[in-house]
Amino acid sequence: MLATLGIGGVDELFADIPAPLRASRLDLPEPEPELQLAARLEGLAGKNRTNLASFLGAGVYRHWTPAAVDQLLLRGEWYTAYTPYQPEISQGTLQSIYEYESLIAELMALDVVSASHYDGAAATAEAALMTCRATRRQRVLVSRAVHPHYRQTVQAYFGGLEVEEIPVVAEGPESGTTDLAALERLLADPDRPVAGVVAGQPNFFGLLEPMAAIGRLAHGARALFVAVVEPVSLAVLAPPGEYGADIAAGEGQPLGIAPQYGGPYLGLLASTDALVRQIPGRLVGMTTDLDGKRAFVMTMRAREQDIRRDKAASNICTNQALLALAASIYVATLGPHGLRDVAALGAARAAELEAALAGVGVGRLHPGPYLNEFAVRVPSARDVHRKLLDRGVLAGLALADIEPDEPSLADALLVCATEVTTSEEIARFASGLEDILSGRPPVGVEAGAGAERTRHGRHAAEGQPESAPEPAPTRVRA
Amino acid sequence: MVPTDLRYTKDHEWVRVDGDEATVGITEYAAGQLGDIVFVELPDAGRALEQFATFGVVESVKAVSDLFAPVSGEVLATNEALTGSPELVNADPHGGGWMIRIKLAKPEEVDELLDAEAYDVLTAAG
Repeated sequence: MLATLGIGGVDELFADIPAPLRASRLDLPEPEPELQLAARLEGLAGKNRTNLASFLGAGVYRHWTPAAVDQLLLRGEWYTAYTPYQPEISQGTLQSIYEYESLIAELMALDVVSASHYDGAAATAEAALMTCRATRRQRVLVSRAVHPHYRQTVQAYFGGLEVEEIPVVAEGPESGTTDLAALERLLADPDRPVAGVVAGQPNFFGLLEPMAAIGRLAHGARALFVAVVEPVSLAVLAPPGEYGADIAAGEGQPLGIAPQYGGPYLGLLASTDALVRQIPGRLVGMTTDLDGKRAFVMTMRAREQDIRRDKAASNICTNQALLALAASIYVATLGPHGLRDVAALGAARAAELEAALAGVGVGRLHPGPYLNEFAVRVPSARDVHRKLLDRGVLAGLALADIEPDEPSLADALLVCATEVTTSEEIARFASGLEDILSGRPPVGVEAGAGAERTRHGRHAAEGQPESAPEPAPTRVRA
Repeated sequence: MVPTDLRYTKDHEWVRVDGDEATVGITEYAAGQLGDIVFVELPDAGRALEQFATFGVVESVKAVSDLFAPVSGEVLATNEALTGSPELVNADPHGGGWMIRIKLAKPEEVDELLDAEAYDVLTAAG
């Protein structure tokens, strides 16, 4: 085969990959008996701490997933790597994608939804690229209050195109949200017309943005407006279609997908009908067959890479079908009222968290309205975060870990609550924080074991009240 | 033979010159090769086109193809009827299926294009 290809060795096939990046030898340990290996892997898995009271969100959110979701996903009919190009043998898969698109379109209040992308960051980058294709402009403005990983992903996708960041307001009632005056200035440059403006709702800090105003400014400069949204929030917040977004992107993980480290997740992407030919990936439509019966087919196929090559709407030509199905089953199982309950309960838990933290002297970093996530000001945040971990509390995200170059975020934790957050966990967080800030030592060496008990035994053994809206008094176990 | 009052490109666009204006479409041969046309994406009026630059996209049930400007100039108008009735391109490619009108920037470019006879030779050769 090498002779047919006219090359001397296999290495030549990898000539495009710089030599230092190529694996020369796989550094694998010696083979082990299966029994021994299983024990070793269990030991490694045992290092995971699954008994923490978690207040971590920052783009990925814990929710209760009804058992029906995972059970239905186990059905073998869904497991295929095969793209359902042939409608005559793929009606089930095509219908599941069509239903996913319909459900997400309703949540977003937009016309068209793609069959899904890798994750929220990838969907956001695709949305930004859509604005460039549609406007034939090359400059995109992304709010600094959009998730840092999303901004990095947009940068990575934008070879040859310009990405600029819109600052956030530093002080006052709007602090932490997109700076509208700065946006207006960035849009005003006649020599560098803007293709799209990207802002998040809620934004990375959990704050609610003036989305309608951002959209009006974008449209005033004939730019398109991209909303980056969290899907559960859409049950209680205005959907993108209602405040003038042309495109909406978001992470679908909160819809019935476990917060597994790094994915696989689900990229949501929706747009107005006017942009249907710019939306990348695949779309499934409903039609009728020769006999007039309802049928599902892939539509807009001709825009995909296998047909359009370098002119394709995206160089990514796939979707997350199984995870989109999980999201569909989750949304359909909860229904509109259930989803609203999930969002409202999360907001109530977050308000309870805010009050509990305020009770131990820890206030919010930004004063504006939020839904279920907010930043709090904590001196030596990274250190406090680590000490709380010792007490079985995952105190959200130390913002300095993700934005190390932003001095205003050095002493802040980003915390969130959802419907699965309990009052007991909130009380544990608040009292742990109080102890640490007042210099008290941890409650004892059995902190981890105690954490597990509280999770399953709900403090019954310790005789603590189930809910503690007020900060619990400092507990020092004998 | 294809209409003799038109000039043609190797990419299967036709151009009809009337004074300093040119009307542009795709040939019957191209429309036949593409099959049923379902969408035509055209530029906004006022856009300046260079000769042989992409000015739009034509989408059939089986393919999406770029449209190339036969001549340089500013887009004066687009055929808005194609928005709702893209099938006009198949039904009447050299007439009602026209796509854009251009204000000729370099009239001499027309002379470089194929005449009907040369275009027939091109399409006969496949």
